[in-house]
Amino acid sequence: MKSLVCVSKTPDTTSKISFTNDQSALDTGNIQFIMNPYDEWYALVRALELQEAQGGSVTLINVGPAANDAIIRKGLAIGAEKAIRIEADPQSALFVAKQIAGHAKAENYDIIFLGKETIDYNGSEVGGMIAELLDLPFISYASHLEMNGNTATIHRDIEGGTEVVEVETPFVVSAAKGLAEQRIPNMRGIMMAKSKPLQVIQPAEAGDLAVAVHFEAPPPKKAVTLVDPENMEELVRLLHEEAKVI
Amino acid sequence: MVLVFAESQKGQFKKSAFEAVTYGAKTALAIGTECHVLVLGKADDPGSLGTYGAKKIHQIEGAGLEEFDSQVFGTVIAAAAIKLSAEVVILNHSAKGKALIGRLAARLDAGSVAGVNAVPTVENGAFKVKKNVFSGKAIATYQIKSDVKVLSLMGNAIRPEASGSAAPVEKLDVAVPSGRVKVKSVNTVEGTVPLPEAELVVSAGRGMKGPENWGIIEELAGVLGATTACSRPVADSGWRPHHEHVGQTGIAIRPNLYIAIGISGAIQHLAGVNSSKKIVVINKDPEAPFFKAADYGVVGDLFEVVPRLTEALKAFKANH
Repeated sequence: MKSLVCVSKTPDTTSKISFTNDQSALDTGNIQFIMNPYDEWYALVRALELQEAQGGSVTLINVGPAANDAIIRKGLAIGAEKAIRIEADPQSALFVAKQIAGHAKAENYDIIFLGKETIDYNGSEVGGMIAELLDLPFISYASHLEMNGNTATIHRDIEGGTEVVEVETPFVVSAAKGLAEQRIPNMRGIMMAKSKPLQVIQPAEAGDLAVAVHFEAPPPKKAVTLVDPENMEELVRLLHEEAKVI
Repeated sequence: MVLVFAESQKGQFKKSAFEAVTYGAKTALAIGTECHVLVLGKADDPGSLGTYGAKKIHQIEGAGLEEFDSQVFGTVIAAAAIKLSAEVVILNHSAKGKALIGRLAARLDAGSVAGVNAVPTVENGAFKVKKNVFSGKAIATYQIKSDVKVLSLMGNAIRPEASGSAAPVEKLDVAVPSGRVKVKSVNTVEGTVPLPEAELVVSAGRGMKGPENWGIIEELAGVLGATTACSRPVADSGWRPHHEHVGQTGIAIRPNLYIAIGISGAIQHLAGVNSSKKIVVINKDPEAPFFKAADYGVVGDLFEVVPRLTEALKAFKANH
């Protein structure tokens, strides 16, 4: 399989989130950035497993500034053989998708993998956009993927269960938990990653049609109301009369 | 015009469809236009969606709409949006909606915002809409600059409002292409409300000590009419099925009531549940971080507290 794995940069979940003074952008000063876990743990690892089982190649792609190279190198350390970074500061999903589709169009990848969503904006839009721009099938939220020749059997997560589908390559698939097991890069992988090719290319012309223009903190949470563990009638009363949820 | 894609399952509309139509009607009001609904495939009484504020229902039928293929649905919805000159297309932020929103945005070259939770506003011609970002740690306002906009509505973000009357149903003539994704089987849990749609959720963690102790959780959920969920370690140990796992790597939910039992409240768990409207935490450790995110807390042994809560709820239900 010739696979492309789209990887994204996201703040670590434990990061304290703050914004620039005019509240128009994320203050990145104190943030620890990581590779989006769905991209790293599931999409990339399943692509590598298919390569190990049946040959082919795994290429990483990221749309972002040079600071993203650390994340891309980690992907190379986990096992991808080469990477492409499109030099841009992405503001919208459609911009990112157009860049990736523009690259992928000429490459004839069998499978384009990406995580089901990023853990910062939870959009889950880019996969469908790439598929549409390339006229490919898109299977979202895949928790299991097996190849038999050119036919993939994929389990996709739906409300309250799973749907089993079949699709032939080429296709786009977004990865959910269960698709693979996280791999920790070893020292040899980290050393080898330093010399693997990371090609930087310039972005194609594309606008941003939907942009986050303002950020605010959610309203502060009221302190917890503690209820006597012996008195669950009181909790029921609060849920009914005060919270009005039962 | 605002065009809402109303999802149906085996011809039945779910609560999420009523939420989407209500949201569509409010959006139409905000931008000064009408709300129409698009129904794909056979459905029971689509005209009833008018009660949620739709002025007209457009129905497309054709082989290929019984099973879900995002390419087929995306092509058809986009064609309908163009034909009807829709300004805003609204989906649910559901399994289908998440597969469709990107396709529609790309096909219509439209700005899109996924997972919105408030009605858009228009000021001086600027179309803005909000969503939660960074695991609920912030609210972002998006501006959409394109003529056509695509939004997906977070589940349980808006209460369905049925106050209008039935709307006329018209057949819409749009070609349905053949799909390339074959659905082999659908395996869903019957009889309970799926987690992403549940209003009441009872969730339990490692404090349960083992899968054999889940009887008290199921009994509490049964009395409440709630859906059961669990934390990541519980799903990873195989104590409970993976589809019950809520949190960052599991399912993100926002029910009206989330009762967390024997869950410490790691930040990755909170990321998936902290948009819940009310949170009750039952834990014997008063230092459990979850109490900081809770509305109501009970510090005590869950094996005593949970059956007591179940009894109190039974008494309450008998009188209400």
